Amino acid sequence: MKLHEFQAKEILAEYGVPVPRGRVARTPDEAAEIATELGGKVVVKAQAHTGGRGKGGGVKLANSAEEARHAAGEILGMQLVTHQTGEAGLPVHSVLVEEQIDIARELYLSIAIDNSAGKPVLIASAAGGMDIEEVAGKTPEAIHRQLIYPHCGFQPFQGRALAFAIGLDADLLRPAAELMGNVARAFEENDGAIVEINPLVVTGDGRLIAADAKFSTDDSADFRHPRLTELRDTTQEDAREVEAHEAGIENYVKLDGDIGCLVNGAGLAMATLDAIKFEGGNSANFLDIGTANNPEAVVTALKIICEDPDVKTVLVNVFGGLARTDIIAEGVVQAMTSGMLTQPTVVRLAGTNVEEGLKILDDSGLNVIRADGFAEAAQKSVAAAAAASKG
Amino acid sequence: MAVLMNEDSRVLIQGFGGAGQREAATSLAFGTQVVCGVTPGRGGQEINGIPVLNTVREGVEQYHANVALIFVPAPFAADAIIEAADSGIPTAICITEGIPTLDMVKAKAYLQQSATRLIGPNCPGVIAVAEKARAGIMPVEVYMPGNVGVISRSGTLVYESVDQLTRLGIGQSGSLGVGGDPVIGTSQREALELFQNDPNTAAVVLIGEIGGTAEQEAADYIPEMTKPVVAFIAGATAPPGRRMGHAGAIIAGKAGTASAKQQALRDVGATVVESPSLIGATMQQVLQAQGLT
Repeated sequence: MKLHEFQAKEILAEYGVPVPRGRVARTPDEAAEIATELGGKVVVKAQAHTGGRGKGGGVKLANSAEEARHAAGEILGMQLVTHQTGEAGLPVHSVLVEEQIDIARELYLSIAIDNSAGKPVLIASAAGGMDIEEVAGKTPEAIHRQLIYPHCGFQPFQGRALAFAIGLDADLLRPAAELMGNVARAFEENDGAIVEINPLVVTGDGRLIAADAKFSTDDSADFRHPRLTELRDTTQEDAREVEAHEAGIENYVKLDGDIGCLVNGAGLAMATLDAIKFEGGNSANFLDIGTANNPEAVVTALKIICEDPDVKTVLVNVFGGLARTDIIAEGVVQAMTSGMLTQPTVVRLAGTNVEEGLKILDDSGLNVIRADGFAEAAQKSVAAAAAASKG
Repeated sequence: MAVLMNEDSRVLIQGFGGAGQREAATSLAFGTQVVCGVTPGRGGQEINGIPVLNTVREGVEQYHANVALIFVPAPFAADAIIEAADSGIPTAICITEGIPTLDMVKAKAYLQQSATRLIGPNCPGVIAVAEKARAGIMPVEVYMPGNVGVISRSGTLVYESVDQLTRLGIGQSGSLGVGGDPVIGTSQREALELFQNDPNTAAVVLIGEIGGTAEQEAADYIPEMTKPVVAFIAGATAPPGRRMGHAGAIIAGKAGTASAKQQALRDVGATVVESPSLIGATMQQVLQAQGLT
């Protein structure tokens, strides 16, 4: 789950990480009020789940409460479009109003999971305030890493090593190591997936401060963080993805083609898109039903898929392991007989209980396009989508 | 014997609820020795003829279990993995999906100091076909005995490629799903080593996915292999995933793309297929060309 910048900073501040003074505002008046408290000179930052907010017009400097009110008025209610959001952009319902800080240097700090090492890794760079992916590509030597060992946690010597590597002065070694240790604790205790402070600023008077912060958490650990799950902002997510999530479906992704795909397993999902592309078609979306164990979940999944106006054909491609293909078939039949699923539907079932599943389809008398095998499933759905778009 | 399992495999099931019981029945019918289930607090019961115990250690001591198959729900699964390792069981296979990543970080650190090999989590398990040894959730009907080993991050793509092979009359020595989570017990590279060292395996199907660098690490091992590898990378046409930020991209960089992985595998002589529907047919050509059928 992604958090907003103001939420990320609240968490980091709880762990002793210095952040700029400021608060979140939901109206221009609130923004003006906060600016007055902060002495007038502030920065007003759109709160939306995307990077590149400045370039998209979502970050404005204000030198008085009136200017802050005006800036907030411009930002609140906008659809913020950045290189990460797509054309539609993301709605902005709140702004973070913060003191302006005196920047001497901009550094970079993040923690993520290093899959190969099987541990979190703390990454630091002197190249802060920039696109870190670009830095890593062009000057990999500017990226410094320390693995975090789970049983002893991030150690001060690791922080000092990184502080030396990014060229901090001797008097900042201890505060930098302490800050990194605190970020690591915030990451571990909140089941972080990624925390990123970019830039981490060294101020003119020699203090470290997290000028921007991103924090996303591990959805699998939601059960032990009831407080964090309350921070979820569904206005920042695709409406159908939210519906899928609420129906207990973890993985729904909207794409730009015309074939809707119901599959089980992330690997099969991706492979199905690959096969459709290979046969000359394009997928409109895919939904990974996982190991759904009741027909109602299948109907909900099909509803999410076929309500997408781009979907001209539906492909059900399920290879049952734990998932039972008879339950999938039952769901398809219910969705079609109720008149909900009206698009041409190609069904390919294999694996657990496949005989029962195919019998349910046969007995229904419905016009289901049956496919045997992966290649045929892809070919038939591409053909059906082509026929449907010709009308 | 095939990889990790054989006729002497004695499977213990941790988390002996509905899914565990159903898969136990399938394995028993297939011919696998499923010797006990473990559900704390239910010790002393018997379900479908299988004794239920309170601890894994009892299963090792009393029933000589040597494979732990874990269905324990995600919030408690890391504990189950560590319990299996603590009991000295040589192979633990974790099916559970959705284990918090930082739980797996801790469990993996524990495993690295133990003698236990973990497969998964979030995997379909391991099967040795001719030996009739199954610890997992794979449908048995699609398998036939033979000499091709199958490795995959995704469960369903194991079944898919096995099904294609069987339809072409090509049998399998076994399959091993390494699991789809960020932190897993056994990597694709280690799985390749296991099949390379298995006398019953003549060739290997390797199914990777976009993201991370595990396929490149597996490719690094292929020059040391004497057996041909047919590979498929799922997600070549998927749009860039939901990016959570840039920190992950630093670790993977451009290495996470399908084309980078395909290239790494081609560079070391693996046969890379572009469509998942070509896995079986391509393996057939490779086996024929090398006289391995």
